[in-house]
Amino acid sequence: MRPPLGQQFRTGDTPLPDVIILTHKLTREYDMGSELVRALRGVSVQIRKNEYVAVMGPSGSGKSTLMNLVGCLDTPTSGEYWLNGQKVSDLEDDELARIRNKEIGFVFQTFNLLPRADALHNVELPLIYAGLSARSRRAQAEHALERVGLADRMDHKPNELSGGQRQRVAIARALVNEPSILLADEPTGNLDSTTSSEIMGVFAELHRQGQTVVMVTHEQDIAAHAARVITLRDGLVATDQLKAA
Amino acid sequence: MPIFEALRLALQTIRAQKLKSGFSLLGVFIGVASLIGAWSIANGVNRYMTEKFAQTLYGVNTFQLRRQPMFVPNVPDSVWRSWRRRPRIRFSDAEAITEGLTVPVITAWQSSDNVTVSFANKEARDIDLTAASERYFDIKNLRIAVGRAFTGQENRSGVPVAVLGDAVAQRLFVDRPPLGRNVRIGGVPYRVVGVVEKQGSLMGFPLDRFVVVPALSPAQNLVNPPGILDAFLVKARSDPEMREAMSQAEGIMRSRRHLRPQQDDNFVLDTSEGIQRFWAGISRILMIVMPGIVIVSLVIGGIVIMNIMLMAVAERTREIGLRKSLGARRRDVLRQFLAESTAIAAVGAAFGIVAGIGLTLLINAISPLPASVSPTSVILGVVMGAGVGVVAGVYPATRAARLDPIAALRQE
Repeated sequence: MRPPLGQQFRTGDTPLPDVIILTHKLTREYDMGSELVRALRGVSVQIRKNEYVAVMGPSGSGKSTLMNLVGCLDTPTSGEYWLNGQKVSDLEDDELARIRNKEIGFVFQTFNLLPRADALHNVELPLIYAGLSARSRRAQAEHALERVGLADRMDHKPNELSGGQRQRVAIARALVNEPSILLADEPTGNLDSTTSSEIMGVFAELHRQGQTVVMVTHEQDIAAHAARVITLRDGLVATDQLKAA
Repeated sequence: MPIFEALRLALQTIRAQKLKSGFSLLGVFIGVASLIGAWSIANGVNRYMTEKFAQTLYGVNTFQLRRQPMFVPNVPDSVWRSWRRRPRIRFSDAEAITEGLTVPVITAWQSSDNVTVSFANKEARDIDLTAASERYFDIKNLRIAVGRAFTGQENRSGVPVAVLGDAVAQRLFVDRPPLGRNVRIGGVPYRVVGVVEKQGSLMGFPLDRFVVVPALSPAQNLVNPPGILDAFLVKARSDPEMREAMSQAEGIMRSRRHLRPQQDDNFVLDTSEGIQRFWAGISRILMIVMPGIVIVSLVIGGIVIMNIMLMAVAERTREIGLRKSLGARRRDVLRQFLAESTAIAAVGAAFGIVAGIGLTLLINAISPLPASVSPTSVILGVVMGAGVGVVAGVYPATRAARLDPIAALRQE
């Protein structure tokens, strides 16, 4: 077991080059009118390139909040967040949108595909916002769909695909921009166990190819696919364990 | 996201939701169609008034010396009575002006009344009999279809010859050749020497029910007391020359009537300006009322589009959240929804233009009102239609752009 990272970082430092995700004393508080909800109370985590990490924890532990912060959908109340060598915790809205577009590939529990668009167009979406030409968009989207084994389903609409195939389209969409991290939020929550393990297989293959994967889940057996499990409780890191390979 | 991409997406959405989009573009459709329709009628009548009406009634670069204006809308009785007390225009006035003018002009005498014209046992009633001199045809731009006009010689000698309007020739002679035959006017036979080309109608009034005879022919006694004219027509070669001729004619008439400088003219030098001014007044009212109608329907159209767009934003909150999570910036979302509302309005405007032009053609075909499509109104229709789309889209699009991606993604 390697020692978990994150002890040696101090405010003012920059992360080591192979550290993709670094959070330092990250807090997030919500003002709910009458009371102040402290969803995160100082989370310091470092994730290296090509790690496969599962984030676990009971509901209310702050794992969704951490996910949103790591996904640059939200900004922290205090603390630092470094993504791929760039400090993103104090960026503006539009800059965060650019980071999401370039550095992060989301995979959602409910797939979130556009129902009227075919698989190819769904995968092209991030590239539209990246400002790519139609031709290179198409080429990249086709390549991403091939990587998840859907080369023959490109012109199918989501309702013509099975749940597993839909999640593969979503994974292809997450991969198409070649992001620094693949961020999956309960990726098997809407799938049966057979399909779940199929999707886990896809993740394992992507990890083997060098992709950094961060996955939020509450299922022990899904988390078991990851090489490292971080458990949150009450807005703090409870355990951070590397699994023997 | 590039504009092109946003537009493509907008058109896709419109295609996918045909019925809803159809309703939402109705307001803009009606607004633009009524704009073009009303404008085209005003435009057509306007052109008709300035080109045809004025030209038919007065002639180009032509003024008429008269006791009172020919076309007088809304004159008070007192004014009318004072006009009736004025001295009439005499042959000698016309002769004096013809001699006195230094500007090159052509002139004609004219007196008219309604009479019955007969041939054999056929009668044409309520015919406009004009006793005129030979240049009358040139000034009024009446081209001879068959035969000839009468000559200056015939006019001066008062030879009883007649030139018929097309409708009169048709009524009396049907298909027989009218030339050389004698028609009777006031019991006197007149030999037909020519027939004027068909003139058609003017705002529904027939223009071919007339007979022209020499001013000094016996018929002069049917139209006016001896030595009296309805009008003395003067046609110059250009507008400035006409102005010059008018001021000379005014001087000649004032001195003939011994008017002192402080006295007003007791005659008029009538041009098509009066009628055109009258029409300009009407069209000004039209131009004030019409935008009202158009603005009301465009505002309604805008509100409808805004509502539809707000619904669309609510319905597609999740999609907006997804797009944001995939890297859409605020302005990308804003642009997407603006493009959609603008596209809806533009499609409405396009249909409105087609309908407006169709309406114009229909009015032209089935009513005496002349209408012609004004390019300005088409351009204005496009601009206003698209403008409504943009304005109506701003608020919904801003709301979409401001959505928090986390909350938006969580929405069911």
